[in-house]
Amino acid sequence: MRIAGKGILDRSRTVGFRFDGRDYTGFEGDTLASALLASDVRLMGRSFKYHRPRGVMTTGSEEPNALVTVGQGARQVPNVRATVQEIHAGLEARGQNAWPSLGFDVLELNEVFSPLLGAGFYYKTFMWPKAFWESLYEPLIRRAAGLGALSKQHNDEAYEKAWAFCDLLVIGSGPAGLMAALTAGRAGADVILAEEDHRMGGRLLMETHEVAGKPGADWAEEALQELASLPNVRLMTRTTVTGAYDGGTFGALERVGLHIANPPADLPRECFWRIVARRAVLASGAHERQIAFSNNDRPGIMTAGAARGYLNRWGVAPGHSITLLCNNDDAHRTARDFIAAGVNVEAVLDVRADAKAEGLPLRPGLRIVDTAGRKGLSAIIVADREGKISRIPTDCLAVSGGWNPALHLTCHMNGRPVWREDIAAFVARPGMVPGLAAAGAANGTFSTQGCLREGQEAAILALSELGMSEKAGAVPQAEDGAVNLRAYWEVPKPKHRAWLDFANDVTTKDVRLAAEENFASVEHMKRYTTQGMAPDQGKNSNIGALAILADATGRGIPETGTTTFRPPYVPVTIAAMGAGGQGAGFAPQRLTTTDKAARDRGAPMIEAGLWYRAAYFPRPGEATWREASDREVTMVRERVGVCDVSTLGKIDIQGRDAGRFLDLVYTNTFSTLKPGRVRYGLMLREDGMVMDDGTTACLAENHYLMTTTTAAAGQVMRHLDFVKQAHCPDWDVRAISVTENWAQFAVAGPLARELLNSLAQTPIDAGTFPFLSCGTLRLMGVEARLFRISFSGEIGYEVAVPARYGAALWRDLVSRAESLGGGAYGMEALNILRIEKGFLTHAEIHGRITAFDVGLQGMVSAKKDCIGKGASQRPGLTGPEREQLVGLKPVQPGALIGAGAHLFDQGAEPISANDKGYVTSACWSPTLQSHLALGFLKDGRARIGSSVRLVDHLRKTDTVCEVVSPVFFDPEGGRARG
Amino acid sequence: MASLIETNACDGLLPISVGRAEMAECTAERITSVAPFKGRTRALGTGLKALGLGWPAPGTSQTSKAGSILWTGADQAFLIGADPAGLGASAALTDQSDGWARMRLAGPDAEKVLARLVALDLRTAACPVGEVRRSGLNHMPMVLWRSGEDAFEIFVFRSMAATAVHEMAAAMRAVAARDRFD
Repeated sequence: MRIAGKGILDRSRTVGFRFDGRDYTGFEGDTLASALLASDVRLMGRSFKYHRPRGVMTTGSEEPNALVTVGQGARQVPNVRATVQEIHAGLEARGQNAWPSLGFDVLELNEVFSPLLGAGFYYKTFMWPKAFWESLYEPLIRRAAGLGALSKQHNDEAYEKAWAFCDLLVIGSGPAGLMAALTAGRAGADVILAEEDHRMGGRLLMETHEVAGKPGADWAEEALQELASLPNVRLMTRTTVTGAYDGGTFGALERVGLHIANPPADLPRECFWRIVARRAVLASGAHERQIAFSNNDRPGIMTAGAARGYLNRWGVAPGHSITLLCNNDDAHRTARDFIAAGVNVEAVLDVRADAKAEGLPLRPGLRIVDTAGRKGLSAIIVADREGKISRIPTDCLAVSGGWNPALHLTCHMNGRPVWREDIAAFVARPGMVPGLAAAGAANGTFSTQGCLREGQEAAILALSELGMSEKAGAVPQAEDGAVNLRAYWEVPKPKHRAWLDFANDVTTKDVRLAAEENFASVEHMKRYTTQGMAPDQGKNSNIGALAILADATGRGIPETGTTTFRPPYVPVTIAAMGAGGQGAGFAPQRLTTTDKAARDRGAPMIEAGLWYRAAYFPRPGEATWREASDREVTMVRERVGVCDVSTLGKIDIQGRDAGRFLDLVYTNTFSTLKPGRVRYGLMLREDGMVMDDGTTACLAENHYLMTTTTAAAGQVMRHLDFVKQAHCPDWDVRAISVTENWAQFAVAGPLARELLNSLAQTPIDAGTFPFLSCGTLRLMGVEARLFRISFSGEIGYEVAVPARYGAALWRDLVSRAESLGGGAYGMEALNILRIEKGFLTHAEIHGRITAFDVGLQGMVSAKKDCIGKGASQRPGLTGPEREQLVGLKPVQPGALIGAGAHLFDQGAEPISANDKGYVTSACWSPTLQSHLALGFLKDGRARIGSSVRLVDHLRKTDTVCEVVSPVFFDPEGGRARG
Repeated sequence: MASLIETNACDGLLPISVGRAEMAECTAERITSVAPFKGRTRALGTGLKALGLGWPAPGTSQTSKAGSILWTGADQAFLIGADPAGLGASAALTDQSDGWARMRLAGPDAEKVLARLVALDLRTAACPVGEVRRSGLNHMPMVLWRSGEDAFEIFVFRSMAATAVHEMAAAMRAVAARDRFD
């Protein structure tokens, strides 16, 4: 019910929206909760377990009951708090966890079984038979219980992540926050003021207090105008600070487009901020507590602060006849504000026998024992001192059990708060999060005057720590009343269930049961009852529950302690946290200069790290990848092929100690390498395992170019930096990656030289440019680098040009190769060619392999030390017990071998205890007309010539293979040297 | 004589202009990484002086008529535009001209756009004009050079140009969409 003349929203602008399939109207500035209350809708949700009708309890993000689903299809968002969602044209919200509707929910039947469904029930009942838990019980329980549901579709909406930096972050814009921001802003500090509501002002918007002689909301408006005029102050509304992290970093969730009708597609729905602040003031206010009593969860029962908040800010009376239950003076304002607004206040029940409240219908001696009203409160049942029961009709019961400072962020680094007896609440100790100070209600100071003062003090402290001077003026005058609270948690001996955690349906009885069953630690009680594990994370119930637990276990509240406060402070959508990471946004794509040409030819791309490389280049009539790659292999063996190998790592190494440096990182010697020559090298990790292999060319005296595998390029660069900085900082050596600077193409096959010479300004010949030499070559006016190396076993060159020429050179090379009966080849053919030759990739050097294992122990120079040499000589890293690299050839050439298959002795049962090794790489060799594989076999080199059983449990194959040398083709290597 | 056609790193991707920010590919210039040999820092300084430049302190750059030099890491700088021929005896020189996609982001919203992708404090007090940062552009390694109050040069690996432009464009659109509701 909207009250004329009350509220601070603009009633000239009406907004239509839908809830549960019905049309409603509200005003701009309404939340879904305030607009529904104004339309006398009290039932907004169904509870988690028992499907009890529930109504709104708060005005903020801590709301446990009024959780709704907003939006349709893939864009639907569950568990949106109606107290946070602003209404806008086109808003479509609906109740959740009810079927078929909020008003008529057949799952309310759970209520009938409620005596069975108490805390720990599942653990005790459904554990037998064990297998039934996952397959039967849990799915059934989950169907009946729960909150909103996910759409299970991909959401295509835009979300965002961003960073911000400031001198002072002020969290919350009530009197304390505004005063802190004003003080620091006037002093010239860079200030961010973050407020989770869509309107700044905090409780000043919801109270009738005056500040500096004017209504609190007016004072807040003036303060905000001043702040907005300061260029060093940034105002962030709809932004909830969700976590405090190391180094003054805070997480924050901003609702960017959730309040806008028909938002443009580019406008993010939400933004997840990382705010780095040199200092921070936590002015997040406090949460009002409920009191536990029989049936205290009916729609219409809410906190006292929320009740008057709806009246004062939104002009809404949440009922026609208000009652109040409280344990403190502050709550009396609720009754006074309603009376002043002309709303009937039926009764004020104050649990303090000595409470005084002039002008209020105080009913001393009456105790609430129950409530009535199925889908909404209709009456409260009270007992007098003699136990005589009577009924007070009311449709709104405002409850205040005191206030809990919203100190959550101060505990995010594992600090523990302290108990303050006078306000019966936990407060933060200074320094729990470095640089963060709580002020105002968040610090347990509840008067407006106190909040203003503490906000200013916190800002002054921050400024002085930052070495900035401030010119703080006087703190404005405001009410400075005391709360006068008497701790009171529950009405004793409830006839029915008395609810603590509304969102998770946890009662006082559940907590007592936990204590009885010796789940007496607060952390155990939480997990046994699920109290505090709902979307509100116990904001409304933690203190009440631990007070009950303390009572049940005979300890005090401070000894009982709280559970751990963890980020995030409010639920954060995964979409916001993962913004930008959907689909291809997961990782950058690295594209070579020939990417477009490859895709234009229909080449499927495969990922190698972040790189995309052509798998093969299909030609018309080729139905399968095998047909294409077989052709490409034959092309290289018989004519000439061209392959983009730009993705291999290239590192430029210079300096007088460069050769010495290479000797240290490679197992073999490079300092003897002459300019114009290339050498294959093997590199170990510190632990003696093979890290990478590749070739290094000596371009000139003290100038080398190292190549790495594609997969290990980053790792090797990092390794070189580490070795340089940690092991030989005094050496004259410099290394820098040039991977990206050069487009590099392998030209391989009997006609490779003919192809290159068709472009070269000065032809090369086998004599002057022998195997393993390097030099420069002028190609159509461009100086290219040429390396005579071969990963295919054929006459092979790699030609490198500055990347800007890559696309053009590729086009030319491929068309010339085609006119010679060859063409482009991709990763599949490259892989087959190298398996035929027994060359290694990271399929073999996978991190658990020594030089001995791959048969390269001879490359570990005896004459010098190298990284990993000592470790590689440890016992157990050489000898017959090692699995050693071998070639495998099926006795039946057509028999399929799959990579990942395991090796067993013939006749042995193929189980892991009998495992003798495994296959790392496998292919069909068009050259040798057989399947081939490389693998590791225990004492493999000694077993060459014998047979093993190869079992692929995944592909269900069982093959007898001959153990052979890993070099299947041209073992003398004559073809590459030709 | 036949010649090889050059392709720019951001060929077909730039320029783009969204709201109050625009991004274009910088004119191709020679980029040389310069890393002083042991004990040759002073000699390198003399060589750079001839170009009107000096060795840049960490996070800084220097610019002269000949070109610019940007700090890019420990004992490492990028010489841009200038001919490094005179520096060869005192520093390891490596051509990097083709290794980087070099883009210029400019406009009143430039800082806001970068705040979506860069985890650095880019307020002018913390990162004045002329300063250089090594950081990430989202997941991509980057050299960031503040070339003006509202202008930044962004260097990413050439192979990542498409992803960089895609992500920058998305950030630019998001900022522009917000501007319409501010």
